[in-house]
Amino acid sequence: MMAKFLPLLVIAVVLFVVLNLAAGLIWVERRLLALWQDRYGPNRVGPFGLGQIVADSIKLFTKEDWIPPFADKPVFVLAPAIVVATALISFAVVPFAPGFVIADLNVGILFLLAMSSLGVYSVVLAGWSSNNKYSLLGGIRASAQMMSYEVFMGLALLGVVILAGSFRLTDIVEAQRGMWFVIPQFLGFILFLIAGVAETRRLPFDLAEAESELIAGFHSEYSGMKFGMFFVGEYIGVILISATIALLFFGGWLGPVLPPAFWFGAKTMFFICLFILFRAGLPRPRFDQLMSWGWKVLLPLALINLLVTGAVVLARR
Amino acid sequence: MTTLFYLAGILAVVATLFAVTRRHAVHALLYLIVSLLAVAVDFFALGAPFVAALEVMIYAGAIMVLFVFVVMMLNLAEHAMEVERAWLKPQSWLGPALLALILLVELAYGTATSPSALSPTNSIGPKQVGVALFGSYWIGVELASLLLMAGLVGAFHLGRHAIAKEGEHHVTSTDATRTDTRSDLVHAGSGGTSHAA
Repeated sequence: MMAKFLPLLVIAVVLFVVLNLAAGLIWVERRLLALWQDRYGPNRVGPFGLGQIVADSIKLFTKEDWIPPFADKPVFVLAPAIVVATALISFAVVPFAPGFVIADLNVGILFLLAMSSLGVYSVVLAGWSSNNKYSLLGGIRASAQMMSYEVFMGLALLGVVILAGSFRLTDIVEAQRGMWFVIPQFLGFILFLIAGVAETRRLPFDLAEAESELIAGFHSEYSGMKFGMFFVGEYIGVILISATIALLFFGGWLGPVLPPAFWFGAKTMFFICLFILFRAGLPRPRFDQLMSWGWKVLLPLALINLLVTGAVVLARR
Repeated sequence: MTTLFYLAGILAVVATLFAVTRRHAVHALLYLIVSLLAVAVDFFALGAPFVAALEVMIYAGAIMVLFVFVVMMLNLAEHAMEVERAWLKPQSWLGPALLALILLVELAYGTATSPSALSPTNSIGPKQVGVALFGSYWIGVELASLLLMAGLVGAFHLGRHAIAKEGEHHVTSTDATRTDTRSDLVHAGSGGTSHAA
Protein backbone atom coordinates (compact mmCIF):
# COMPACT_ATOMS: atom_id res chain seq x y z
CA MET A 1 0.00 0.00 0.00
CA MET A 2 2.76 2.38 1.06
CA ALA A 3 4.86 1.53 -1.99
CA LYS A 4 1.93 2.39 -4.24
CA PHE A 5 1.32 5.79 -2.72
CA LEU A 6 4.92 6.83 -2.32
CA PRO A 7 5.35 8.02 -5.93
CA LEU A 8 2.11 10.02 -5.68
CA LEU A 9 3.40 11.60 -2.47
CA VAL A 10 6.68 12.46 -4.17
CA ILE A 11 4.80 14.01 -7.09
CA ALA A 12 2.65 16.07 -4.71
CA VAL A 13 5.67 17.32 -2.77
CA VAL A 14 7.60 18.19 -5.94
CA LEU A 15 4.64 20.07 -7.44
CA PHE A 16 4.02 21.92 -4.17
CA VAL A 17 7.66 22.96 -3.76
CA VAL A 18 8.25 23.92 -7.39
CA LEU A 19 5.03 25.90 -7.87
CA ASN A 20 5.44 27.78 -4.59
CA LEU A 21 9.08 28.48 -5.29
CA ALA A 22 8.17 29.76 -8.76
CA ALA A 23 5.65 32.16 -7.26
CA GLY A 24 8.04 33.14 -4.50
CA LEU A 25 10.78 33.86 -7.02
CA ILE A 26 8.79 36.82 -8.33
CA TRP A 27 9.34 38.45 -4.94
CA VAL A 28 12.93 37.21 -4.66
CA GLU A 29 13.80 38.60 -8.07
CA ARG A 30 12.28 42.01 -7.37
CA ARG A 31 14.01 42.29 -3.99
CA LEU A 32 17.38 41.15 -5.33
CA LEU A 33 17.19 43.41 -8.37
CA ALA A 34 16.35 46.28 -6.03
CA LEU A 35 19.29 45.39 -3.79
CA TRP A 36 21.70 45.45 -6.70
CA GLN A 37 20.23 48.71 -7.97
CA ASP A 38 20.39 50.49 -4.59
CA ARG A 39 16.68 50.63 -3.86
CA TYR A 40 14.24 48.76 -1.63
CA GLY A 41 11.89 46.89 -3.95
CA PRO A 42 8.51 45.64 -2.72
CA ASN A 43 8.72 45.88 1.10
CA ARG A 44 5.27 47.16 2.09
CA VAL A 45 2.94 44.14 2.11
CA GLY A 46 3.53 41.88 5.11
CA PRO A 47 6.92 41.00 6.62
CA PHE A 48 9.77 41.86 4.19
CA GLY A 49 7.11 42.51 1.58
CA LEU A 50 6.40 38.78 1.33
CA GLY A 51 2.68 39.48 1.05
CA GLN A 52 3.48 40.91 -2.37
CA ILE A 53 3.39 37.35 -3.74
CA VAL A 54 -0.21 36.91 -2.58
CA ALA A 55 -1.16 40.35 -3.81
CA ASP A 56 0.39 39.66 -7.22
CA SER A 57 -1.35 36.33 -7.61
CA ILE A 58 -4.74 37.78 -6.59
CA LYS A 59 -4.19 40.52 -9.14
CA LEU A 60 -3.32 38.05 -11.90
CA PHE A 61 -6.26 35.77 -11.12
CA THR A 62 -8.86 38.53 -11.03
CA LYS A 63 -7.71 40.47 -14.09
CA GLU A 64 -9.91 40.37 -17.16
CA ASP A 65 -8.90 37.38 -19.27
CA TRP A 66 -9.22 38.75 -22.76
CA ILE A 67 -8.71 36.88 -26.01
CA PRO A 68 -8.35 39.26 -28.95
CA PRO A 69 -11.00 38.64 -31.64
CA PHE A 70 -8.34 38.45 -34.35
CA ALA A 71 -6.39 35.72 -32.55
CA ASP A 72 -6.45 32.02 -33.39
CA LYS A 73 -8.39 30.99 -30.27
CA PRO A 74 -7.49 27.32 -29.68
CA VAL A 75 -3.79 27.88 -30.28
CA PHE A 76 -3.85 31.11 -28.28
CA VAL A 77 -5.22 29.24 -25.25
CA LEU A 78 -2.95 26.23 -25.75
CA ALA A 79 0.33 28.18 -25.92
CA PRO A 80 0.68 29.31 -22.27
CA ALA A 81 -0.25 25.82 -21.06
CA ILE A 82 2.63 24.25 -23.00
CA VAL A 83 5.37 26.25 -21.27
CA VAL A 84 4.17 25.34 -17.77
CA ALA A 85 3.40 21.72 -18.66
CA THR A 86 6.75 20.94 -20.28
CA ALA A 87 8.70 22.64 -17.49
CA LEU A 88 6.78 20.79 -14.77
CA ILE A 89 7.04 17.42 -16.55
CA SER A 90 10.81 17.89 -16.69
CA PHE A 91 10.93 17.73 -12.88
CA ALA A 92 9.85 14.09 -13.14
CA VAL A 93 13.48 13.05 -13.71
CA VAL A 94 15.14 15.50 -11.28
CA PRO A 95 16.43 13.73 -8.17
CA PHE A 96 16.05 16.00 -5.12
CA ALA A 97 17.77 13.56 -2.76
CA PRO A 98 18.81 9.90 -3.01
CA GLY A 99 15.63 7.96 -3.76
CA PHE A 100 13.49 11.10 -3.88
CA VAL A 101 12.77 11.16 -7.60
CA ILE A 102 9.55 10.54 -9.52
CA ALA A 103 10.95 8.61 -12.50
CA ASP A 104 14.62 7.65 -12.49
CA LEU A 105 14.80 7.14 -16.27
CA ASN A 106 17.95 5.75 -17.84
CA VAL A 107 17.66 8.54 -20.43
CA GLY A 108 17.14 11.29 -17.83
CA ILE A 109 19.23 14.00 -19.49
CA LEU A 110 17.67 13.30 -22.87
CA PHE A 111 14.25 13.61 -21.28
CA LEU A 112 15.19 17.03 -19.91
CA LEU A 113 16.46 18.15 -23.32
CA ALA A 114 13.38 16.77 -25.07
CA MET A 115 11.04 18.65 -22.76
CA SER A 116 12.98 21.88 -23.11
CA SER A 117 12.86 21.53 -26.89
CA LEU A 118 9.08 21.10 -26.72
CA GLY A 119 8.87 24.23 -24.58
CA VAL A 120 9.79 26.30 -27.66
CA TYR A 121 6.32 25.70 -29.05
CA SER A 122 4.65 27.80 -26.38
CA VAL A 123 6.54 30.93 -27.42
CA VAL A 124 6.34 30.24 -31.13
CA LEU A 125 2.63 29.44 -31.09
CA ALA A 126 1.84 32.35 -28.76
CA GLY A 127 3.62 34.70 -31.13
CA TRP A 128 1.88 33.31 -34.18
CA SER A 129 -1.65 32.93 -32.78
CA SER A 130 -1.74 36.50 -31.43
CA ASN A 131 -1.89 37.66 -35.04
CA ASN A 132 0.09 40.78 -34.25
CA LYS A 133 3.27 41.72 -36.04
CA TYR A 134 5.29 42.37 -32.88
CA SER A 135 4.17 39.05 -31.41
CA LEU A 136 5.03 37.28 -34.64
CA LEU A 137 8.49 38.86 -34.68
CA GLY A 138 8.95 37.72 -31.08
CA GLY A 139 7.86 34.20 -31.98
CA ILE A 140 10.20 34.05 -34.97
CA ARG A 141 13.09 35.30 -32.88
CA ALA A 142 12.32 32.81 -30.15
CA SER A 143 12.22 29.85 -32.49
CA ALA A 144 15.48 30.81 -34.21
CA GLN A 145 17.20 31.50 -30.88
CA MET A 146 16.08 28.37 -29.12
CA MET A 147 16.82 26.12 -32.08
CA SER A 148 20.37 27.43 -32.25
CA TYR A 149 21.08 27.33 -28.53
CA GLU A 150 19.51 23.92 -28.01
CA VAL A 151 22.09 22.32 -30.30
CA PHE A 152 25.12 23.16 -28.19
CA MET A 153 23.15 22.89 -24.96
CA GLY A 154 22.93 19.17 -25.65
CA LEU A 155 26.54 19.00 -26.85
CA ALA A 156 27.80 20.80 -23.72
CA LEU A 157 26.17 18.14 -21.54
CA LEU A 158 27.74 15.24 -23.37
CA GLY A 159 31.10 15.80 -21.65
CA VAL A 160 29.40 15.10 -18.34
CA VAL A 161 27.70 12.06 -19.82
CA ILE A 162 31.07 10.71 -21.02
CA LEU A 163 32.63 11.19 -17.58
CA ALA A 164 29.72 9.63 -15.71
CA GLY A 165 29.06 6.94 -18.32
CA SER A 166 25.30 7.30 -17.98
CA PHE A 167 22.34 9.48 -18.95
CA ARG A 168 20.67 8.73 -15.62
CA LEU A 169 20.75 11.74 -13.33
CA THR A 170 21.24 9.79 -10.09
CA ASP A 171 24.24 7.98 -11.62
CA ILE A 172 25.71 11.31 -12.69
CA VAL A 173 25.40 12.72 -9.17
CA GLU A 174 26.90 9.58 -7.64
CA ALA A 175 29.82 9.78 -10.10
CA GLN A 176 30.72 13.18 -8.61
CA ARG A 177 31.58 11.81 -5.15
CA GLY A 178 35.29 12.36 -5.72
CA MET A 179 35.16 15.62 -7.64
CA TRP A 180 32.41 17.87 -8.93
CA PHE A 181 32.19 17.80 -12.71
CA VAL A 182 32.57 21.58 -12.85
CA ILE A 183 36.35 21.11 -12.53
CA PRO A 184 37.03 18.72 -15.44
CA GLN A 185 34.11 20.14 -17.43
CA PHE A 186 34.52 23.86 -16.77
CA LEU A 187 34.03 24.77 -20.43
CA GLY A 188 30.99 22.54 -20.58
CA PHE A 189 29.60 24.29 -17.50
CA ILE A 190 30.05 27.77 -18.99
CA LEU A 191 28.49 26.68 -22.28
CA PHE A 192 25.56 25.05 -20.52
CA LEU A 193 25.03 28.12 -18.37
CA ILE A 194 24.86 30.38 -21.44
CA ALA A 195 22.60 27.94 -23.26
CA GLY A 196 20.43 27.64 -20.15
CA VAL A 197 19.91 31.39 -19.92
CA ALA A 198 19.05 31.44 -23.64
CA GLU A 199 16.71 28.49 -23.21
CA THR A 200 14.73 30.21 -20.45
CA ARG A 201 14.67 33.42 -22.53
CA ARG A 202 15.94 35.49 -19.62
CA LEU A 203 17.98 38.63 -19.99
CA PRO A 204 20.42 39.04 -21.71
CA PHE A 205 18.76 36.60 -24.11
CA ASP A 206 15.19 37.87 -23.86
CA LEU A 207 15.06 39.08 -27.46
CA ALA A 208 11.74 37.34 -27.96
CA GLU A 209 10.05 39.80 -25.63
CA ALA A 210 12.47 42.75 -25.77
CA GLU A 211 10.10 45.33 -24.34
CA SER A 212 11.89 48.32 -25.83
CA GLU A 213 11.55 47.15 -29.43
CA LEU A 214 8.84 44.49 -29.55
CA ILE A 215 6.58 45.71 -26.68
CA ALA A 216 6.79 42.34 -24.86
CA GLY A 217 6.93 40.35 -28.11
CA PHE A 218 5.18 37.02 -28.01
CA HIS A 219 2.96 37.81 -25.02
CA SER A 220 1.84 41.33 -26.00
CA GLU A 221 -1.75 40.17 -26.43
CA TYR A 222 -1.93 38.05 -23.30
CA SER A 223 -3.59 39.20 -20.10
CA GLY A 224 -4.73 37.82 -16.77
CA MET A 225 -3.70 34.31 -15.82
CA LYS A 226 -2.63 33.40 -19.37
CA PHE A 227 0.10 36.02 -19.03
CA GLY A 228 0.64 34.68 -15.51
CA MET A 229 1.29 31.23 -16.97
CA PHE A 230 4.10 32.59 -19.15
CA PHE A 231 5.43 34.41 -16.12
CA VAL A 232 5.35 31.38 -13.83
CA GLY A 233 6.55 29.12 -16.65
CA GLU A 234 9.63 31.28 -17.03
CA TYR A 235 10.43 30.95 -13.33
CA ILE A 236 9.84 27.20 -13.39
CA GLY A 237 12.28 27.11 -16.31
CA VAL A 238 14.83 29.06 -14.26
CA ILE A 239 14.43 26.64 -11.34
CA LEU A 240 14.79 23.70 -13.71
CA ILE A 241 17.95 24.97 -15.38
CA SER A 242 19.47 25.89 -12.00
CA ALA A 243 18.61 22.46 -10.62
CA THR A 244 20.12 20.84 -13.72
CA ILE A 245 23.34 22.82 -13.34
CA ALA A 246 23.53 21.83 -9.66
CA LEU A 247 22.95 18.18 -10.54
CA LEU A 248 25.29 17.89 -13.49
CA PHE A 249 28.19 20.10 -12.49
CA PHE A 250 28.01 20.73 -8.74
CA GLY A 251 27.31 17.32 -7.28
CA GLY A 252 23.54 17.65 -6.75
CA TRP A 253 22.65 16.58 -3.24
CA LEU A 254 26.24 15.67 -2.27
CA GLY A 255 27.63 17.65 0.64
CA PRO A 256 28.84 17.22 4.22
CA VAL A 257 26.83 17.01 7.48
CA LEU A 258 23.54 18.63 6.45
CA PRO A 259 20.75 16.57 4.80
CA PRO A 260 21.10 16.01 1.02
CA ALA A 261 17.91 17.89 0.11
CA PHE A 262 19.35 20.99 1.80
CA TRP A 263 22.50 20.90 -0.31
CA PHE A 264 20.53 20.42 -3.48
CA GLY A 265 18.22 23.29 -2.58
CA ALA A 266 21.10 25.59 -1.62
CA LYS A 267 23.00 24.94 -4.84
CA THR A 268 19.86 25.43 -6.92
CA MET A 269 19.07 28.67 -5.10
CA PHE A 270 22.59 29.95 -5.75
CA PHE A 271 22.16 29.53 -9.49
CA ILE A 272 18.70 31.09 -9.41
CA CYS A 273 20.29 34.17 -7.80
CA LEU A 274 22.99 34.08 -10.49
CA PHE A 275 20.23 34.16 -13.14
CA ILE A 276 18.79 37.25 -11.45
CA LEU A 277 22.24 38.86 -11.26
CA PHE A 278 22.61 38.31 -15.02
CA ARG A 279 19.38 40.22 -15.49
CA ALA A 280 20.58 43.02 -13.25
CA GLY A 281 24.04 43.30 -14.76
CA LEU A 282 24.04 42.47 -18.46
CA PRO A 283 22.74 44.38 -21.49
CA ARG A 284 20.81 42.73 -24.29
CA PRO A 285 22.79 41.89 -27.47
CA ARG A 286 21.56 42.51 -30.99
CA PHE A 287 19.79 39.56 -32.57
CA ASP A 288 22.36 38.90 -35.29
CA GLN A 289 25.12 39.05 -32.65
CA LEU A 290 23.23 36.46 -30.63
CA MET A 291 22.88 34.11 -33.59
CA SER A 292 26.44 34.44 -34.87
CA TRP A 293 27.74 33.98 -31.32
CA GLY A 294 25.75 30.79 -30.95
CA TRP A 295 26.75 29.20 -34.21
CA LYS A 296 30.26 30.53 -34.77
CA VAL A 297 31.71 30.58 -31.24
CA LEU A 298 29.72 28.45 -28.82
CA LEU A 299 28.93 25.52 -31.10
CA PRO A 300 32.57 24.92 -32.14
CA LEU A 301 33.65 25.29 -28.49
CA ALA A 302 31.10 22.67 -27.45
CA LEU A 303 32.35 20.32 -30.17
CA ILE A 304 35.97 20.83 -29.12
CA ASN A 305 35.03 20.22 -25.49
CA LEU A 306 33.32 17.00 -26.49
CA LEU A 307 36.27 15.85 -28.61
CA VAL A 308 38.88 16.59 -25.93
CA THR A 309 36.82 14.98 -23.17
CA GLY A 310 36.33 11.87 -25.26
CA ALA A 311 40.01 11.69 -26.15
CA VAL A 312 41.15 12.15 -22.53
CA VAL A 313 38.75 9.53 -21.21
CA LEU A 314 39.85 7.10 -23.92
CA ALA A 315 43.56 7.78 -23.27
CA ARG A 316 43.25 7.27 -19.51
CA ARG A 317 41.40 3.99 -19.85
CA MET B 1 2.45 -1.27 -20.96
CA THR B 2 0.34 -3.00 -23.62
CA THR B 3 -2.65 -0.73 -22.95
CA LEU B 4 -0.31 2.25 -23.05
CA PHE B 5 1.00 1.08 -26.41
CA TYR B 6 -2.44 0.66 -27.96
CA LEU B 7 -3.76 3.94 -26.53
CA ALA B 8 -0.78 5.85 -27.92
CA GLY B 9 -1.12 3.98 -31.22
CA ILE B 10 -4.78 4.97 -31.61
CA LEU B 11 -3.87 8.54 -30.67
CA ALA B 12 -1.12 8.57 -33.31
CA VAL B 13 -3.46 7.33 -36.04
CA VAL B 14 -6.24 9.79 -35.16
CA ALA B 15 -3.81 12.71 -34.88
CA THR B 16 -2.27 11.84 -38.24
CA LEU B 17 -5.72 11.71 -39.85
CA PHE B 18 -6.41 15.18 -38.48
CA ALA B 19 -3.02 16.36 -39.68
CA VAL B 20 -3.95 15.30 -43.22
CA THR B 21 -7.49 16.68 -43.21
CA ARG B 22 -7.03 20.04 -41.42
CA ARG B 23 -7.13 22.93 -43.85
CA HIS B 24 -5.22 25.29 -41.62
CA ALA B 25 -1.49 24.66 -42.01
CA VAL B 26 -0.54 25.43 -38.39
CA HIS B 27 -3.38 23.33 -36.95
CA ALA B 28 -2.34 20.45 -39.18
CA LEU B 29 1.24 20.81 -37.92
CA LEU B 30 0.06 20.73 -34.32
CA TYR B 31 -1.73 17.44 -34.98
CA LEU B 32 1.40 16.11 -36.63
CA ILE B 33 3.39 17.02 -33.49
CA VAL B 34 0.83 15.16 -31.35
CA SER B 35 1.19 12.19 -33.67
CA LEU B 36 4.99 12.21 -33.30
CA LEU B 37 4.71 12.42 -29.51
CA ALA B 38 2.31 9.47 -29.53
CA VAL B 39 4.79 7.48 -31.62
CA ALA B 40 7.46 8.34 -29.03
CA VAL B 41 5.22 6.92 -26.30
CA ASP B 42 4.85 3.80 -28.45
CA PHE B 43 8.63 3.42 -28.65
CA PHE B 44 8.83 3.83 -24.89
CA ALA B 45 6.17 1.18 -24.34
CA LEU B 46 8.08 -1.19 -26.63
CA GLY B 47 11.16 -0.85 -24.42
CA ALA B 48 13.20 1.69 -26.39
CA PRO B 49 13.42 4.78 -24.16
CA PHE B 50 16.46 6.12 -26.03
CA VAL B 51 14.67 6.15 -29.37
CA ALA B 52 11.60 7.65 -27.70
CA ALA B 53 13.68 10.53 -26.30
CA LEU B 54 15.33 11.10 -29.67
CA GLU B 55 11.94 11.08 -31.41
CA VAL B 56 10.70 13.85 -29.11
CA MET B 57 13.94 15.85 -29.27
CA ILE B 58 14.64 15.68 -32.98
CA TYR B 59 11.31 15.17 -34.72
CA ALA B 60 8.84 16.88 -32.40
CA GLY B 61 11.29 19.36 -30.88
CA ALA B 62 13.53 20.42 -33.74
CA ILE B 63 12.24 19.47 -37.18
CA MET B 64 8.64 20.41 -36.49
CA VAL B 65 9.76 23.74 -35.01
CA LEU B 66 11.40 24.43 -38.36
CA PHE B 67 8.15 23.55 -40.13
CA VAL B 68 6.18 25.87 -37.87
CA PHE B 69 8.85 28.53 -38.40
CA VAL B 70 8.50 28.33 -42.18
CA VAL B 71 4.70 28.36 -42.04
CA MET B 72 4.86 31.41 -39.78
CA MET B 73 7.23 33.19 -42.16
CA LEU B 74 5.01 32.47 -45.15
CA ASN B 75 1.92 33.50 -43.15
CA LEU B 76 -0.53 31.42 -45.16
CA ALA B 77 -3.87 33.15 -44.97
CA GLU B 78 -7.45 32.51 -46.07
CA HIS B 79 -6.36 32.04 -49.67
CA ALA B 80 -4.31 28.95 -48.82
CA MET B 81 -7.26 27.48 -46.93
CA GLU B 82 -9.44 27.94 -50.01
CA VAL B 83 -6.87 26.09 -52.08
CA GLU B 84 -6.77 23.28 -49.51
CA ARG B 85 -10.55 23.07 -49.59
CA ALA B 86 -10.47 22.60 -53.35
CA TRP B 87 -7.82 19.90 -53.04
CA LEU B 88 -9.64 17.90 -50.40
CA LYS B 89 -12.62 16.86 -52.55
CA PRO B 90 -13.82 13.25 -52.06
CA GLN B 91 -12.98 12.29 -55.64
CA SER B 92 -9.33 13.18 -55.06
CA TRP B 93 -8.85 11.21 -51.86
CA LEU B 94 -11.31 8.33 -52.27
CA GLY B 95 -9.14 6.31 -54.65
CA PRO B 96 -5.88 6.48 -52.66
CA ALA B 97 -7.79 5.87 -49.43
CA LEU B 98 -9.31 2.67 -50.84
CA LEU B 99 -5.92 1.40 -52.01
CA ALA B 100 -4.38 2.25 -48.64
CA LEU B 101 -7.23 0.41 -46.91
CA ILE B 102 -6.39 -2.76 -48.85
CA LEU B 103 -2.75 -2.39 -47.75
CA LEU B 104 -3.88 -1.87 -44.16
CA VAL B 105 -5.99 -5.02 -44.22
CA GLU B 106 -3.06 -7.00 -45.64
CA LEU B 107 -0.76 -5.56 -42.97
CA ALA B 108 -3.22 -6.35 -40.18
CA TYR B 109 -3.65 -9.89 -41.51
CA GLY B 110 0.11 -10.37 -41.77
CA THR B 111 0.85 -9.17 -38.25
CA ALA B 112 -2.10 -11.05 -36.76
CA THR B 113 -1.04 -14.39 -38.24
CA SER B 114 2.74 -14.15 -37.75
CA PRO B 115 4.25 -14.85 -34.31
CA SER B 116 5.01 -11.68 -32.40
CA ALA B 117 8.67 -10.72 -32.16
CA LEU B 118 7.77 -8.31 -29.40
CA SER B 119 9.39 -8.72 -26.01
CA PRO B 120 8.41 -5.67 -23.98
CA THR B 121 10.11 -7.02 -20.88
CA ASN B 122 13.69 -6.16 -21.84
CA SER B 123 14.34 -2.50 -22.32
CA ILE B 124 17.09 -1.38 -24.71
CA GLY B 125 19.27 1.18 -22.94
CA PRO B 126 21.23 3.99 -24.57
CA LYS B 127 24.50 2.05 -24.26
CA GLN B 128 23.21 -0.88 -26.31
CA VAL B 129 21.91 1.52 -28.97
CA GLY B 130 25.32 3.20 -29.13
CA VAL B 131 27.19 -0.08 -29.38
CA ALA B 132 24.93 -1.27 -32.20
CA LEU B 133 25.02 2.08 -34.00
CA PHE B 134 28.79 2.53 -33.95
CA GLY B 135 29.55 -1.20 -34.07
CA SER B 136 27.65 -3.14 -36.70
CA TYR B 137 25.89 -0.20 -38.35
CA TRP B 138 28.72 2.32 -38.50
CA ILE B 139 28.70 2.41 -42.31
CA GLY B 140 25.08 3.57 -42.19
CA VAL B 141 26.00 6.29 -39.70
CA GLU B 142 28.87 7.45 -41.92
CA LEU B 143 26.67 7.50 -45.02
CA ALA B 144 23.98 9.46 -43.20
CA SER B 145 26.53 11.98 -41.96
CA LEU B 146 27.88 12.32 -45.51
CA LEU B 147 24.36 13.02 -46.77
CA LEU B 148 23.76 15.60 -44.03
CA MET B 149 27.07 17.26 -44.81
CA ALA B 150 26.14 17.49 -48.48
CA GLY B 151 22.79 18.98 -47.51
CA LEU B 152 24.50 21.51 -45.25
CA VAL B 153 26.96 22.56 -47.94
CA GLY B 154 24.12 22.81 -50.47
CA ALA B 155 22.00 24.94 -48.15
CA PHE B 156 24.98 27.18 -47.42
CA HIS B 157 25.68 27.61 -51.12
CA LEU B 158 22.06 28.44 -51.95
CA GLY B 159 21.78 30.86 -49.03
CA ARG B 160 25.00 32.66 -49.97
CA HIS B 161 23.99 32.87 -53.60
CA ALA B 162 20.63 34.37 -52.72
CA ILE B 163 22.16 36.94 -50.39
CA ALA B 164 24.74 38.01 -52.98
CA LYS B 165 22.03 38.33 -55.65
CA GLU B 166 19.75 40.22 -53.32
CA GLY B 167 22.48 42.66 -52.36
CA GLU B 168 23.19 43.38 -56.01
CA HIS B 169 19.52 43.79 -56.77
CA HIS B 170 19.06 45.98 -53.74
CA VAL B 171 21.82 48.34 -54.81
CA THR B 172 20.48 48.71 -58.34
CA SER B 173 16.93 49.31 -57.16
CA THR B 174 17.96 52.03 -54.69
CA ASP B 175 20.07 53.58 -57.41
CA ALA B 176 17.07 53.55 -59.69
CA THR B 177 14.88 55.23 -57.09
CA ARG B 178 17.59 57.75 -56.39
CA THR B 179 17.81 58.73 -60.04
CA ASP B 180 14.02 58.82 -60.12
CA THR B 181 13.80 61.26 -57.26
CA ARG B 182 16.51 63.32 -58.85
CA SER B 183 14.64 63.51 -62.13
CA ASP B 184 11.58 64.44 -60.11
CA LEU B 185 13.48 67.23 -58.45
CA VAL B 186 14.77 68.47 -61.76
CA HIS B 187 11.30 68.29 -63.17
CA ALA B 188 9.84 70.23 -60.26
CA GLY B 189 12.63 72.76 -60.51
CA SER B 190 12.08 73.29 -64.18
CA GLY B 191 8.39 73.84 -63.47
CA GLY B 192 9.22 77.29 -62.18
CA THR B 193 8.99 77.18 -58.34
CA SER B 194 12.65 76.69 -57.37
CA HIS B 195 12.32 75.20 -53.88
CA ALA B 196 15.33 73.02 -54.54
CA ALA B 197 17.57 76.02 -55.05
